[in-house]
Amino acid sequence: MGKYIELTGSNFDETVKEGVTLVDFWAPWCGPCRMIAPVIEELAEEYEGKAKIAKVNTDEEQDLAIKFGIRSIPSILFFKDGQVVDQMVGAASKQAFAEKLDALLG
Amino acid sequence: MLDLAIIGGGPAGLTAGLYATRGGLEHVVMYEKGMPGGAITQSSEVENYPGITEVVTGMELMQDWPKQCMRFGLKHEMAEVTRVSRPEGLCFKIELSDGSVETAKSVIVCTGSTPKRAGFKGEDEFFGRGVSTCATCDGFFYKGKEVAVIGGGDTALEEALYLANICSKVYVVHRRDEFRASPATVRRVKENEKIELVLNVVPDEVYGDAMGVQGLKVQKRDTDEIIDLPVPGIFIFVGNNVNNGVLKQEDGTFLCEVNEYGEVVVDLLMQTSEKGLFAAGDLRVLAPKQVVCAAGDGANAAIGAIAYVEHLHRENLC
Repeated sequence: MGKYIELTGSNFDETVKEGVTLVDFWAPWCGPCRMIAPVIEELAEEYEGKAKIAKVNTDEEQDLAIKFGIRSIPSILFFKDGQVVDQMVGAASKQAFAEKLDALLG
Repeated sequence: MLDLAIIGGGPAGLTAGLYATRGGLEHVVMYEKGMPGGAITQSSEVENYPGITEVVTGMELMQDWPKQCMRFGLKHEMAEVTRVSRPEGLCFKIELSDGSVETAKSVIVCTGSTPKRAGFKGEDEFFGRGVSTCATCDGFFYKGKEVAVIGGGDTALEEALYLANICSKVYVVHRRDEFRASPATVRRVKENEKIELVLNVVPDEVYGDAMGVQGLKVQKRDTDEIIDLPVPGIFIFVGNNVNNGVLKQEDGTFLCEVNEYGEVVVDLLMQTSEKGLFAAGDLRVLAPKQVVCAAGDGANAAIGAIAYVEHLHRENLC
Protein backbone atom coordinates (compact mmCIF):
# COMPACT_ATOMS: atom_id res chain seq x y z
CA MET A 1 0.00 0.00 0.00
CA GLY A 2 1.32 3.42 -0.95
CA LYS A 3 2.25 5.78 1.79
CA TYR A 4 3.32 9.40 1.52
CA ILE A 5 6.96 10.25 2.05
CA GLU A 6 7.88 12.33 5.10
CA LEU A 7 10.42 14.85 3.87
CA THR A 8 13.19 16.47 5.90
CA GLY A 9 16.23 18.55 5.07
CA SER A 10 18.21 15.34 4.57
CA ASN A 11 16.00 13.53 2.03
CA PHE A 12 14.26 16.41 0.26
CA ASP A 13 16.54 16.99 -2.74
CA GLU A 14 17.07 13.29 -3.30
CA THR A 15 13.30 12.66 -3.36
CA VAL A 16 12.21 15.45 -5.69
CA LYS A 17 15.14 15.34 -8.12
CA GLU A 18 13.56 12.85 -10.52
CA GLY A 19 10.00 12.46 -11.73
CA VAL A 20 6.86 14.16 -10.47
CA THR A 21 6.48 14.90 -6.76
CA LEU A 22 3.66 16.55 -4.85
CA VAL A 23 4.87 18.16 -1.62
CA ASP A 24 2.34 19.23 0.99
CA PHE A 25 3.78 21.83 3.40
CA TRP A 26 1.66 21.53 6.53
CA ALA A 27 1.68 21.88 10.32
CA PRO A 28 -0.19 20.13 13.12
CA TRP A 29 -2.03 23.27 14.30
CA CYS A 30 -3.47 24.14 10.89
CA GLY A 31 -7.15 23.23 10.34
CA PRO A 32 -7.14 23.22 6.52
CA CYS A 33 -3.94 21.11 6.57
CA ARG A 34 -5.68 18.55 8.67
CA MET A 35 -8.67 18.66 6.37
CA ILE A 36 -6.60 17.63 3.36
CA ALA A 37 -4.55 15.02 5.27
CA PRO A 38 -6.82 12.09 4.24
CA VAL A 39 -6.79 13.39 0.66
CA ILE A 40 -2.98 13.27 0.59
CA GLU A 41 -3.09 9.72 1.96
CA GLU A 42 -5.46 8.60 -0.78
CA LEU A 43 -3.32 10.26 -3.44
CA ALA A 44 -0.28 8.40 -2.11
CA GLU A 45 -2.09 5.13 -2.69
CA GLU A 46 -3.51 6.00 -6.06
CA TYR A 47 -0.31 7.42 -7.53
CA GLU A 48 2.01 4.73 -6.21
CA GLY A 49 4.63 4.02 -8.86
CA LYS A 50 3.58 7.06 -10.91
CA ALA A 51 4.24 10.14 -8.78
CA LYS A 52 5.73 10.67 -5.33
CA ILE A 53 3.40 12.13 -2.73
CA ALA A 54 5.24 13.81 0.14
CA LYS A 55 4.72 16.00 3.18
CA VAL A 56 6.87 18.54 5.00
CA ASN A 57 6.04 19.38 8.59
CA THR A 58 6.90 23.09 8.55
CA ASP A 59 6.99 23.17 12.35
CA GLU A 60 9.94 20.79 12.36
CA GLU A 61 11.48 21.70 9.02
CA GLN A 62 11.54 25.46 9.13
CA ASP A 63 14.60 25.69 6.87
CA LEU A 64 12.69 23.96 4.08
CA ALA A 65 9.72 26.28 4.57
CA ILE A 66 12.02 29.29 4.34
CA LYS A 67 13.87 27.86 1.33
CA PHE A 68 10.64 27.58 -0.64
CA GLY A 69 9.20 30.85 0.63
CA ILE A 70 6.26 29.19 2.37
CA ARG A 71 4.14 31.81 4.14
CA SER A 72 0.75 30.12 4.05
CA ILE A 73 -0.20 26.55 4.78
CA PRO A 74 -1.25 24.24 3.42
CA SER A 75 0.95 25.08 0.42
CA ILE A 76 1.18 22.31 -2.13
CA LEU A 77 4.18 22.43 -4.43
CA PHE A 78 4.50 20.29 -7.54
CA PHE A 79 8.01 19.32 -8.59
CA LYS A 80 9.15 17.89 -11.87
CA ASP A 81 12.76 16.66 -12.02
CA GLY A 82 13.76 18.86 -9.09
CA GLN A 83 12.07 22.07 -10.23
CA VAL A 84 8.93 23.68 -8.79
CA VAL A 85 6.51 23.75 -11.72
CA ASP A 86 3.18 24.47 -10.03
CA GLN A 87 1.81 25.55 -6.68
CA MET A 88 -1.50 25.67 -4.80
CA VAL A 89 -2.38 27.41 -1.54
CA GLY A 90 -5.19 26.27 0.73
CA ALA A 91 -7.39 23.20 0.99
CA ALA A 92 -8.71 21.75 -2.25
CA SER A 93 -10.42 18.58 -3.41
CA LYS A 94 -8.61 15.40 -4.40
CA GLN A 95 -9.80 16.01 -7.92
CA ALA A 96 -7.99 19.36 -8.04
CA PHE A 97 -4.67 17.82 -6.92
CA ALA A 98 -5.11 14.84 -9.23
CA GLU A 99 -5.65 17.09 -12.24
CA LYS A 100 -2.35 18.90 -11.59
CA LEU A 101 -0.53 15.59 -11.16
CA ASP A 102 -2.06 14.12 -14.31
CA ALA A 103 -1.08 17.20 -16.30
CA LEU A 104 2.55 16.83 -15.16
CA LEU A 105 2.62 13.10 -15.77
CA GLY A 106 1.42 13.74 -19.31
CA MET B 1 -30.80 6.10 -3.98
CA LEU B 2 -29.92 7.97 -0.81
CA ASP B 3 -32.54 8.92 1.74
CA LEU B 4 -30.56 12.04 2.47
CA ALA B 5 -27.51 13.71 0.99
CA ILE B 6 -25.72 16.18 3.25
CA ILE B 7 -23.48 18.61 1.40
CA GLY B 8 -20.71 19.90 3.69
CA GLY B 9 -19.04 18.52 6.79
CA GLY B 10 -18.87 21.36 9.28
CA PRO B 11 -20.84 21.56 12.54
CA ALA B 12 -24.16 21.80 10.62
CA GLY B 13 -23.49 18.85 8.34
CA LEU B 14 -22.13 16.62 11.09
CA THR B 15 -25.04 17.34 13.41
CA ALA B 16 -27.53 16.83 10.59
CA GLY B 17 -25.94 13.44 9.92
CA LEU B 18 -26.09 12.49 13.58
CA TYR B 19 -29.76 13.40 13.92
CA ALA B 20 -30.82 11.92 10.58
CA THR B 21 -29.21 8.53 11.19
CA ARG B 22 -30.10 8.33 14.85
CA GLY B 23 -33.62 9.38 13.86
CA GLY B 24 -34.00 6.43 11.54
CA LEU B 25 -32.85 7.38 8.04
CA GLU B 26 -30.71 4.59 6.65
CA HIS B 27 -28.91 5.78 3.57
CA VAL B 28 -27.32 9.02 4.58
CA VAL B 29 -24.10 10.32 3.05
CA MET B 30 -22.23 13.45 4.03
CA TYR B 31 -20.11 14.84 1.22
CA GLU B 32 -17.02 16.65 2.41
CA LYS B 33 -13.92 16.94 0.28
CA GLY B 34 -11.53 16.29 3.15
CA MET B 35 -11.63 15.66 6.88
CA PRO B 36 -14.87 16.98 8.40
CA GLY B 37 -14.74 19.90 10.84
CA GLY B 38 -15.56 23.03 8.88
CA ALA B 39 -14.30 26.58 8.96
CA ILE B 40 -14.28 26.72 12.77
CA THR B 41 -11.13 24.56 12.71
CA GLN B 42 -9.30 27.74 11.67
CA SER B 43 -10.32 29.60 14.83
CA SER B 44 -7.67 30.12 17.45
CA GLU B 45 -10.08 30.16 20.34
CA VAL B 46 -13.61 29.10 21.17
CA GLU B 47 -15.08 29.84 24.56
CA ASN B 48 -18.80 30.22 23.86
CA TYR B 49 -19.77 26.69 22.89
CA PRO B 50 -21.94 25.37 25.74
CA GLY B 51 -20.26 22.74 27.86
CA ILE B 52 -16.76 23.91 27.02
CA THR B 53 -15.41 25.22 30.29
CA GLU B 54 -11.96 26.13 29.05
CA VAL B 55 -10.88 28.02 25.97
CA VAL B 56 -10.14 25.54 23.19
CA THR B 57 -9.02 25.89 19.59
CA GLY B 58 -11.56 25.31 16.84
CA MET B 59 -9.69 22.15 15.92
CA GLU B 60 -9.89 20.81 19.48
CA LEU B 61 -13.61 21.59 19.62
CA MET B 62 -14.31 19.63 16.43
CA GLN B 63 -11.94 16.73 17.04
CA ASP B 64 -14.48 14.19 18.30
CA TRP B 65 -17.50 15.29 16.29
CA PRO B 66 -16.98 12.98 13.29
CA LYS B 67 -16.62 9.93 15.54
CA GLN B 68 -19.80 10.71 17.45
CA CYS B 69 -21.80 11.76 14.41
CA MET B 70 -20.94 8.60 12.47
CA ARG B 71 -21.91 6.22 15.27
CA PHE B 72 -25.40 5.68 13.87
CA GLY B 73 -24.52 4.92 10.28
CA LEU B 74 -23.70 8.24 8.69
CA LYS B 75 -21.25 7.72 5.84
CA HIS B 76 -18.64 10.28 4.86
CA GLU B 77 -17.76 10.42 1.21
CA MET B 78 -14.58 12.34 0.48
CA ALA B 79 -15.81 14.02 -2.67
CA GLU B 80 -16.68 17.48 -3.81
CA VAL B 81 -20.24 18.14 -4.92
CA THR B 82 -20.47 20.45 -7.90
CA ARG B 83 -24.23 20.75 -8.26
CA VAL B 84 -27.55 19.76 -6.70
CA SER B 85 -30.51 19.78 -9.09
CA ARG B 86 -33.96 18.31 -9.49
CA PRO B 87 -34.20 17.57 -13.18
CA GLU B 88 -37.39 15.53 -13.11
CA GLY B 89 -39.86 14.32 -10.52
CA LEU B 90 -39.09 14.53 -6.83
CA CYS B 91 -35.58 13.09 -6.71
CA PHE B 92 -32.53 15.24 -6.35
CA LYS B 93 -29.48 14.75 -8.53
CA ILE B 94 -26.08 15.15 -6.86
CA GLU B 95 -23.22 15.77 -9.29
CA LEU B 96 -19.65 15.18 -8.07
CA SER B 97 -16.41 16.71 -9.31
CA ASP B 98 -15.15 13.37 -10.61
CA GLY B 99 -18.12 13.26 -12.99
CA SER B 100 -20.17 10.68 -11.09
CA VAL B 101 -23.80 11.22 -10.15
CA GLU B 102 -25.88 10.14 -7.14
CA THR B 103 -29.58 10.54 -6.47
CA ALA B 104 -31.24 11.43 -3.18
CA LYS B 105 -34.72 11.77 -1.78
CA SER B 106 -33.80 14.78 0.34
CA VAL B 107 -30.84 17.14 0.62
CA ILE B 108 -29.39 19.32 3.35
CA VAL B 109 -26.96 21.91 2.03
CA CYS B 110 -24.49 23.19 4.62
CA THR B 111 -21.54 24.38 2.60
CA GLY B 112 -20.82 27.31 4.90
CA SER B 113 -18.94 30.40 3.92
CA THR B 114 -15.48 31.46 2.79
CA PRO B 115 -13.55 34.50 4.04
CA LYS B 116 -14.00 37.53 1.83
CA ARG B 117 -11.15 39.44 0.31
CA ALA B 118 -11.05 43.14 1.19
CA GLY B 119 -10.55 44.22 -2.43
CA PHE B 120 -7.40 46.36 -2.43
CA LYS B 121 -4.53 46.50 -4.88
CA GLY B 122 -2.12 43.55 -4.72
CA GLU B 123 -4.35 41.49 -2.41
CA ASP B 124 -4.93 38.64 -4.87
CA GLU B 125 -1.39 38.77 -6.24
CA PHE B 126 0.12 38.31 -2.78
CA PHE B 127 -2.47 35.89 -1.42
CA GLY B 128 -0.53 32.99 0.13
CA ARG B 129 2.67 35.03 -0.01
CA GLY B 130 2.05 37.29 2.95
CA VAL B 131 -1.67 37.90 2.62
CA SER B 132 -3.68 35.36 4.63
CA THR B 133 -7.15 34.73 6.01
CA CYS B 134 -6.04 32.17 8.62
CA ALA B 135 -4.06 33.34 11.64
CA THR B 136 -3.81 29.90 13.25
CA CYS B 137 -2.36 28.50 10.02
CA ASP B 138 0.07 31.23 9.09
CA GLY B 139 0.77 33.28 12.23
CA PHE B 140 3.70 30.95 12.91
CA PHE B 141 5.57 32.32 9.88
CA TYR B 142 5.62 35.78 11.49
CA LYS B 143 7.07 34.85 14.87
CA GLY B 144 8.73 37.97 16.28
CA LYS B 145 7.70 40.04 13.26
CA GLU B 146 5.15 42.79 12.72
CA VAL B 147 1.82 42.07 11.03
CA ALA B 148 -1.37 43.89 10.14
CA VAL B 149 -4.92 42.66 10.74
CA ILE B 150 -7.68 44.16 8.61
CA GLY B 151 -11.21 44.26 10.01
CA GLY B 152 -13.18 45.27 13.09
CA GLY B 153 -15.48 42.36 13.89
CA ASP B 154 -15.15 39.57 16.43
CA THR B 155 -13.02 37.37 14.20
CA ALA B 156 -10.60 40.19 13.34
CA LEU B 157 -10.05 41.19 16.95
CA GLU B 158 -9.87 37.64 18.32
CA GLU B 159 -7.27 36.72 15.73
CA ALA B 160 -5.38 39.98 16.42
CA LEU B 161 -5.11 38.87 20.05
CA TYR B 162 -3.90 35.46 18.95
CA LEU B 163 -1.28 37.02 16.67
CA ALA B 164 -0.15 39.36 19.47
CA ASN B 165 1.04 36.25 21.33
CA ILE B 166 3.33 35.33 18.45
CA CYS B 167 4.27 38.54 16.69
CA SER B 168 6.26 41.54 17.93
CA LYS B 169 3.50 43.94 16.94
CA VAL B 170 0.01 43.80 15.45
CA TYR B 171 -1.56 46.75 13.66
CA VAL B 172 -5.35 46.53 13.59
CA VAL B 173 -6.50 48.36 10.47
CA HIS B 174 -10.16 49.34 10.56
CA ARG B 175 -12.24 51.73 8.49
CA ARG B 176 -14.16 53.18 11.42
CA ASP B 177 -13.22 54.22 14.95
CA GLU B 178 -15.67 51.82 16.56
CA PHE B 179 -15.72 48.03 16.51
CA ARG B 180 -18.54 45.61 15.86
CA ALA B 181 -16.78 43.03 18.02
CA SER B 182 -18.06 42.18 21.49
CA PRO B 183 -17.13 44.70 24.21
CA ALA B 184 -15.06 42.11 26.11
CA THR B 185 -12.88 41.45 23.05
CA VAL B 186 -12.52 45.16 22.25
CA ARG B 187 -11.35 45.80 25.81
CA ARG B 188 -8.73 43.06 25.62
CA VAL B 189 -7.47 44.45 22.31
CA LYS B 190 -7.21 48.00 23.67
CA GLU B 191 -5.33 46.77 26.73
CA ASN B 192 -2.86 44.71 24.73
CA GLU B 193 0.46 46.54 24.50
CA LYS B 194 1.49 44.80 21.30
CA ILE B 195 -1.60 45.92 19.41
CA GLU B 196 -1.72 49.33 17.75
CA LEU B 197 -5.04 50.51 16.36
CA VAL B 198 -4.94 52.25 12.97
CA LEU B 199 -8.46 53.61 12.68
CA ASN B 200 -10.54 55.46 10.09
CA VAL B 201 -8.41 54.13 7.27
CA VAL B 202 -8.94 51.95 4.23
CA PRO B 203 -6.31 49.59 2.82
CA ASP B 204 -4.86 51.07 -0.34
CA GLU B 205 -2.16 48.73 -1.56
CA VAL B 206 -0.04 45.79 -0.50
CA TYR B 207 3.45 45.79 -1.94
CA GLY B 208 6.34 43.37 -2.05
CA ASP B 209 8.69 41.43 -4.28
CA ALA B 210 9.14 37.91 -5.58
CA MET B 211 9.53 36.57 -2.03
CA GLY B 212 6.25 38.08 -0.88
CA VAL B 213 4.71 40.98 0.99
CA GLN B 214 6.88 43.79 2.34
CA GLY B 215 4.25 46.24 3.47
CA LEU B 216 0.77 47.70 3.42
CA LYS B 217 -0.26 51.23 2.55
CA VAL B 218 -3.45 52.50 4.11
CA GLN B 219 -5.29 55.73 3.44
CA LYS B 220 -6.83 58.03 6.04
CA ARG B 221 -10.49 58.47 5.22
CA ASP B 222 -10.70 62.14 6.21
CA THR B 223 -7.40 63.56 4.92
CA ASP B 224 -6.42 61.04 2.21
CA GLU B 225 -3.02 60.85 3.91
CA ILE B 226 -1.20 57.56 3.18
CA ILE B 227 0.29 55.62 6.08
CA ASP B 228 2.92 53.01 5.28
CA LEU B 229 2.99 49.91 7.49
CA PRO B 230 6.16 47.95 6.62
CA VAL B 231 4.79 44.53 7.63
CA PRO B 232 5.56 41.20 5.94
CA GLY B 233 2.21 39.66 6.96
CA ILE B 234 -1.35 40.87 6.43
CA PHE B 235 -4.35 39.01 7.84
CA ILE B 236 -7.77 39.82 6.44
CA PHE B 237 -11.01 39.29 8.38
CA VAL B 238 -13.71 41.35 6.69
CA GLY B 239 -16.58 38.88 6.69
CA ASN B 240 -17.53 35.91 4.58
CA ASN B 241 -19.17 35.01 1.29
CA VAL B 242 -21.65 32.15 1.40
CA ASN B 243 -20.76 29.05 -0.59
CA ASN B 244 -23.95 28.63 -2.58
CA GLY B 245 -22.28 27.36 -5.77
CA VAL B 246 -23.74 23.85 -5.53
CA LEU B 247 -27.25 25.29 -5.80
CA LYS B 248 -26.50 27.13 -9.05
CA GLN B 249 -28.16 25.48 -12.03
CA GLU B 250 -26.87 25.27 -15.58
CA ASP B 251 -28.93 28.29 -16.62
CA GLY B 252 -27.46 30.39 -13.77
CA THR B 253 -30.57 30.39 -11.59
CA PHE B 254 -30.61 28.85 -8.12
CA LEU B 255 -32.43 25.65 -7.23
CA CYS B 256 -34.20 27.49 -4.42
CA GLU B 257 -34.77 31.06 -3.36
CA VAL B 258 -31.72 33.05 -2.25
CA ASN B 259 -31.56 36.67 -1.08
CA GLU B 260 -29.53 39.56 -2.52
CA TYR B 261 -26.40 38.33 -0.71
CA GLY B 262 -26.80 34.82 -2.07
CA GLU B 263 -27.90 33.49 1.31
CA VAL B 264 -30.44 30.68 1.13
CA VAL B 265 -33.93 31.61 2.28
CA VAL B 266 -35.28 29.10 4.81
CA ASP B 267 -38.14 28.91 7.27
CA LEU B 268 -37.78 28.09 10.95
CA LEU B 269 -37.46 24.40 10.07
CA MET B 270 -34.56 25.11 7.67
CA GLN B 271 -36.82 24.20 4.76
CA THR B 272 -35.98 26.09 1.54
CA SER B 273 -38.45 27.11 -1.15
CA GLU B 274 -37.84 23.70 -2.76
CA LYS B 275 -39.59 20.94 -0.82
CA GLY B 276 -37.20 18.31 0.51
CA LEU B 277 -34.25 20.68 0.21
CA PHE B 278 -32.96 22.15 3.44
CA ALA B 279 -30.16 24.61 4.22
CA ALA B 280 -28.30 24.80 7.52
CA GLY B 281 -25.45 26.80 9.01
CA ASP B 282 -23.62 29.83 7.68
CA LEU B 283 -25.17 29.87 4.21
CA ARG B 284 -28.75 30.45 5.29
CA VAL B 285 -30.36 33.86 5.76
CA LEU B 286 -29.78 35.59 9.10
CA ALA B 287 -27.15 33.02 10.12
CA PRO B 288 -25.48 34.09 13.37
CA LYS B 289 -22.35 32.24 12.15
CA GLN B 290 -21.79 30.45 15.42
CA VAL B 291 -20.97 26.76 15.88
CA VAL B 292 -23.85 26.27 18.30
CA CYS B 293 -26.31 27.78 15.82
CA ALA B 294 -24.96 25.76 12.89
CA ALA B 295 -25.28 22.58 14.94
CA GLY B 296 -28.83 23.55 15.92
CA ASP B 297 -29.67 24.21 12.27
CA GLY B 298 -28.31 20.82 11.32
CA ALA B 299 -30.47 19.04 13.88
CA ASN B 300 -33.49 21.05 12.82
CA ALA B 301 -32.97 20.32 9.13
CA ALA B 302 -32.43 16.61 9.81
CA ILE B 303 -35.71 16.39 11.70
CA GLY B 304 -37.39 18.07 8.73
CA ALA B 305 -35.69 15.71 6.29
CA ILE B 306 -36.81 12.64 8.26
CA ALA B 307 -40.43 13.84 8.18
CA TYR B 308 -40.19 14.59 4.48
CA VAL B 309 -38.68 11.20 3.57
CA GLU B 310 -41.26 9.39 5.70
CA HIS B 311 -43.96 11.29 3.83
CA LEU B 312 -42.47 10.16 0.49
CA HIS B 313 -42.38 6.55 1.68
CA ARG B 314 -46.00 6.66 2.87
CA GLU B 315 -47.16 8.07 -0.44
CA ASN B 316 -44.87 5.80 -2.46
CA LEU B 317 -43.24 8.79 -4.13
CA CYS B 318 -39.69 9.18 -5.49
